[in-house]
Amino acid sequence: MSEANTSETAAVSIHHLSKSFDDVEVLRDVELEVKTGEVVTIIGSSGSGKSTLLRCINWLEKPDRGSIHIAGQRIGVHEDGRPMPVRELAKVRAQTGMVFQGFNLWPHLNVLHNVTEAPIHVQGKSKREAEELATALLEKVGMSQKHDSYPNTLSGGQKQRVAIARALAMQPEVMLFDEPTSALDPELVGEVLAVIKDLSAEGYTMVMVTHEMAFARAVSDQVVFLEKGLIIERADPETFFTTPKTDRVRKFLENHDTPSSA
Amino acid sequence: MSNWDILWDERAQFLSGFLSTLEIFGLSIVGAFVIGCGLLYLLEGSRKRLTMPLRIFIDAMRMLPFLILAYLLYYGLPSIGIRLDAWWSGVGALAVYHGCYFAEIFRGNRLTFPPGQIEAAQAHGFTKGKLFFRLLLPQIIMQTRPLLGNQLIYALKDTAFLVIITVSELTAAANSLSSTYFIPTEAFIVVIGFYWAISVAMEIIIKQCGRFSAKRGFDNV
Ligand SMILES: Nc1ncnc2c1ncn2[C@@H]1O[C@H](COP(=O)(O)OP(=O)(O)OP(=O)(O)O)[C@@H](O)[C@H]1O
Ligand SMILES: [Mg+2]
Repeated sequence: MSEANTSETAAVSIHHLSKSFDDVEVLRDVELEVKTGEVVTIIGSSGSGKSTLLRCINWLEKPDRGSIHIAGQRIGVHEDGRPMPVRELAKVRAQTGMVFQGFNLWPHLNVLHNVTEAPIHVQGKSKREAEELATALLEKVGMSQKHDSYPNTLSGGQKQRVAIARALAMQPEVMLFDEPTSALDPELVGEVLAVIKDLSAEGYTMVMVTHEMAFARAVSDQVVFLEKGLIIERADPETFFTTPKTDRVRKFLENHDTPSSA
Repeated sequence: MSNWDILWDERAQFLSGFLSTLEIFGLSIVGAFVIGCGLLYLLEGSRKRLTMPLRIFIDAMRMLPFLILAYLLYYGLPSIGIRLDAWWSGVGALAVYHGCYFAEIFRGNRLTFPPGQIEAAQAHGFTKGKLFFRLLLPQIIMQTRPLLGNQLIYALKDTAFLVIITVSELTAAANSLSSTYFIPTEAFIVVIGFYWAISVAMEIIIKQCGRFSAKRGFDNV
């Protein structure tokens, strides 16, 4: 897992990343480096390109220009520009664990099998090994009572915790969270944030898009502010939330009732 | 001796017709199912040069009366050098014809499949084949179960057409007994009973399968 990685290579390194959707530039020359064990939060207004940035990291969105490396390994294309064969792409993708706003659990599989599905059928782990791992991870997210339940019987918070366990089961280099609590009823947000907070304390590498400012401030090592596809500010959370450099960020924070202190 | 007694004495003929119908039906729906899944998989591809002809083929099949397809396979294929006996022509025609219907049913459901689930699979390193067989197909089958059940009934009824290309199945047995002894009403009442029995049994099985999907929230039984 990530905390064991002591090499110098960054978990994620993004250079000159650009992406357009029909002539609209959604990401513009984005540079981002996520060190192993680091938590990076991406903040920005709606439509600023946060999801697109996150989805480029595991190639769910194909960038127009630039390069992305996961633990030193290029994703999507080879260094010489050749497109990466699907099998190879799938392997690099499996180095990232993604948690979606809408959970996206597989409804025909029970909780345990949602978590063991990819380890068994993508990574080729034995059933026993995958189930041991899944059991430990479901315990970690507080879902060990629900192995046999099907997703349709779970609350949103429970679904998201299972989705987190499912992503962790790939033992990825980096976890990607796209607004993991935005689809939840307010009273369920806390249980999911608590799980993510535990992960950060354990040293997992994470890139997270969130509108939960207090949470971002508490768990991040680095906060990045996106505006129209440009990173206009990046800083440690204290600096970012107390003394932002740009008016744009100051305005944004005023509108998002920021905590006065963490 | 009443007409019914005659039929009772000839029960062996009914029974062999019944078994033959069961066999034809069983084999052809398995074939149809495999063809339906195969077509669905091929339609997943993004290459228009493959998907366009397939779509046209499926639509053409669906617009064709089944009997004409059976005629074509039995009487038409020999002219291009392929000779199938009546039995295999019948099974083949049923499998292809209903396979296209299956494909269409699957395809309709595929179009409403939540894209987020597919993205989640891709993010977890699934490639096309595994994604299809492990995640897409099982859900599509569970979701289309009632429609598939209906289609199976149509397929069962279409087996009766095969009497016309000389397959000796249930309807053929009734046909031959009714003309030998001239008792059409009783003979056909007996085969109606057999067809109903198969249909009812099938309905029950399909309904039982519904519990499996209901548990996963796919539908309510
Ligand atoms: N598949 C797509 N096709 C066309 N335009 C897209 C597509 N995906 C995103 N966009 C556009 O790109 C821009 C950035 O979208 P993105 O989803 O990255 O924003 P976001 O910062 O995540 O916003 P939100 O906070 O609302 O989730 C938006 O203007 C959006 O309409
Ligand atoms: Mg978004």
